[in-house]
Amino acid sequence: MSSTSPFALLANGTALPWADVPEWPVEEFVRKTAVELGRGARLCAWFGVPEGDATRLVAVIAFDSDNTLAVARSAPGSGAYPALTATEPQAHLFEREVWEQHGLMPEGHPWLKPVRATGCGAPAQLEFFRVDGGEIHEVSVGPVHAGVIEPGHFRFQCAGEEVLHLEIGLGYQHRGIESALVGGPHRATVSQVEAASGDSTIGHATAYASVMEALAGAEAPLRAQWLRAIALEMERLANHTGDLGALANDVAFLPTASACGKIRGDFLNLTALLCGNRFGRGLVRPGGCCHDLEPGRLSQLAGRLGTALAEVERASAWLWDSPSVRSRFEGTGPVFAKQAAELGMVGPAARACGIVRDVRYDHPAGWYRLAQVPVSVWPDGDVFARARVRWLETQRSGQFLKDQLAAGVDGDIRDKTAKPQGDMLAAALVEGWRGEVCHVALTNPNGDFRRYKIVDPSFHNWTGLALALRGQAISDFPICNKSFNLSYCGFDL
Amino acid sequence: MFVIDTLTHRLERGCETMSYPDGPAPDLPDRHGGALRVDAAKCPGGCRECVSVCPTEAIAPQAGKGISLDLGRCLFCSECVHACPHGAITHTGDHRMAVRHREDLILGAPGMEEVRLAGALDEKLRRLLGRSLRLRQVSAGGDGSAEADLNVLGTIGWDIGRFGIQFVASPRHADGLVVTGPVSENMVLALRKTYDAMPDPKIVIAVGACAISGGPFAANGEVMKGAAAIVPVDLYIPGWPPHPLTILDGLLRILGKLDAGGVTAAPS
Repeated sequence: MSSTSPFALLANGTALPWADVPEWPVEEFVRKTAVELGRGARLCAWFGVPEGDATRLVAVIAFDSDNTLAVARSAPGSGAYPALTATEPQAHLFEREVWEQHGLMPEGHPWLKPVRATGCGAPAQLEFFRVDGGEIHEVSVGPVHAGVIEPGHFRFQCAGEEVLHLEIGLGYQHRGIESALVGGPHRATVSQVEAASGDSTIGHATAYASVMEALAGAEAPLRAQWLRAIALEMERLANHTGDLGALANDVAFLPTASACGKIRGDFLNLTALLCGNRFGRGLVRPGGCCHDLEPGRLSQLAGRLGTALAEVERASAWLWDSPSVRSRFEGTGPVFAKQAAELGMVGPAARACGIVRDVRYDHPAGWYRLAQVPVSVWPDGDVFARARVRWLETQRSGQFLKDQLAAGVDGDIRDKTAKPQGDMLAAALVEGWRGEVCHVALTNPNGDFRRYKIVDPSFHNWTGLALALRGQAISDFPICNKSFNLSYCGFDL
Repeated sequence: MFVIDTLTHRLERGCETMSYPDGPAPDLPDRHGGALRVDAAKCPGGCRECVSVCPTEAIAPQAGKGISLDLGRCLFCSECVHACPHGAITHTGDHRMAVRHREDLILGAPGMEEVRLAGALDEKLRRLLGRSLRLRQVSAGGDGSAEADLNVLGTIGWDIGRFGIQFVASPRHADGLVVTGPVSENMVLALRKTYDAMPDPKIVIAVGACAISGGPFAANGEVMKGAAAIVPVDLYIPGWPPHPLTILDGLLRILGKLDAGGVTAAPS
């Protein structure tokens, strides 16, 4: 498919001159993007680039089966243009975002409202979709929730216990990361990227480092790529284990909840063994990594990893053996494969709908070109499937780590990176534990960032959670929410 | 048989709660390094090596010689420790760094080589909260990491319930407000309302560099540079995010449940 695409092709983690990105008038650009999406491509990023008073649109799409990305742009424009969302639902949040940030009006968008509600009061004060009728009631939750958790607003339309529609209002966590990146990189840039979504520090930092290396025409030393893969899989293990425990907790199955809460900490401590910080802060930098695994540390890591993996294996077995857990998980919060595909869902939430979609497999970069992890898929799309995929990935990441810890390469861990080249566009995808982390950078003639786009996997998946709630009891919201465990700050940036 | 299996597994795991604070504190990871120490006497002035590598402008050169380092802005990246040719900035390896006043985090002046650790709450508050401290947590632009390590305190390994500390759902039930994140503009109202909904007397705890100073986001116009811009803060716990041990130390410290060690501020 990609061979006949009018888009410019690029591999994951590479750059191309901005001048080589094909440009069409905006109507034609939207039409061509729709054609590509219609024949199987996927929208990774869609954003505006200011050009004087006007704005260009840029689309980064992925041909997963061809293992390639592709990019195109529109001519500068302002005012209205025909919405891509009219035929391609996966663009719906992207087009709202561009409208909010640049004022470009997607004509025919079915539900145009701000994505983060910046500068116009709290997101909960915007208009929400409303179901009318004498039997209907509305439930409004948040931004502050009951637990130690990030803020967001949820608006349920219910008939009795049954949820007819859920609309999610985010933006409370907006910290202005993308606008602060313009003109950068600045001194705080890499830290801001690491905190884009704190539990995905390695995922976002690796995407950022890949973009910077691609812009400079360099590659990190192989040993650094090995270290990044190890850190990324440990991040996955910690979060998946925590999620399995939290899911158990939400159905009051405390043995697994207690054990996994503890084991999650053991995995975080392995990351801290590597770099001092439980979330991997300060490990990944453009040009390589800042900490090495010398032999003593490596064997300590391997030993503790083996223990933690055996423990999580056992604690999870209790969960799967319990009929009461299965009956609460099965059939709850289903998302159909067709919906997931239309929304462009990513990560475990998409794989739990039977979709084979994993950056490590589809667009391997870094160490994943040399060592593969099997893609974990489950067909049903419900809470059970999302839990099951996490469990399968825990096993497979564990095995990958055991194998790769024994198969490291020698060499430097960090090169001095050259300055990014001017007028280049670079794109990098990383399969974070939640799914596809996408970073796209465009430089100005001096090599500084002219535009930097971050797409956290949560951006693709929040609507999936909203759909999962349809027809469900409102009391199942916590378990459905936990089964996705999406990032608020990663969405809000 | 499933129930018996489950119970057997549970018994096999035994008690997994750490002995601290009765026993020794668990070790910090060796690459963590703990708190920082600034020996102004070792800094001859004139160079800006540490100033230029700091991602959050936490280090400022002082008139004449020496520097001041704001541990409330510090991301604990260790760049300054490596950059200083004179060894004026060093790691202490100490997990304890919670303080009662913002200025107690500014290192570098004579007598302020290290943080002035928090003392206990005054007698009256300690009598009220010392055996039962209920906390309401609000993430206001937090990135999820400090929140995660607050949640960790509730797991079996740490079990803060044994100190009478518990996170609660309603601000009406809370004695203390724990704030994470730099306080995004969109969270100002919710944070203020949560605080107002809590009954007096109440305390506020800022956890992490973001909540203390805005952290790496301090220069972004979309955030308020920390919790103190909105609510009065009684305890500052530095870190990015703070290690769970650092958070626990801070909580136990104000409740007067730890033996005094290091330099502590007078009760207030």
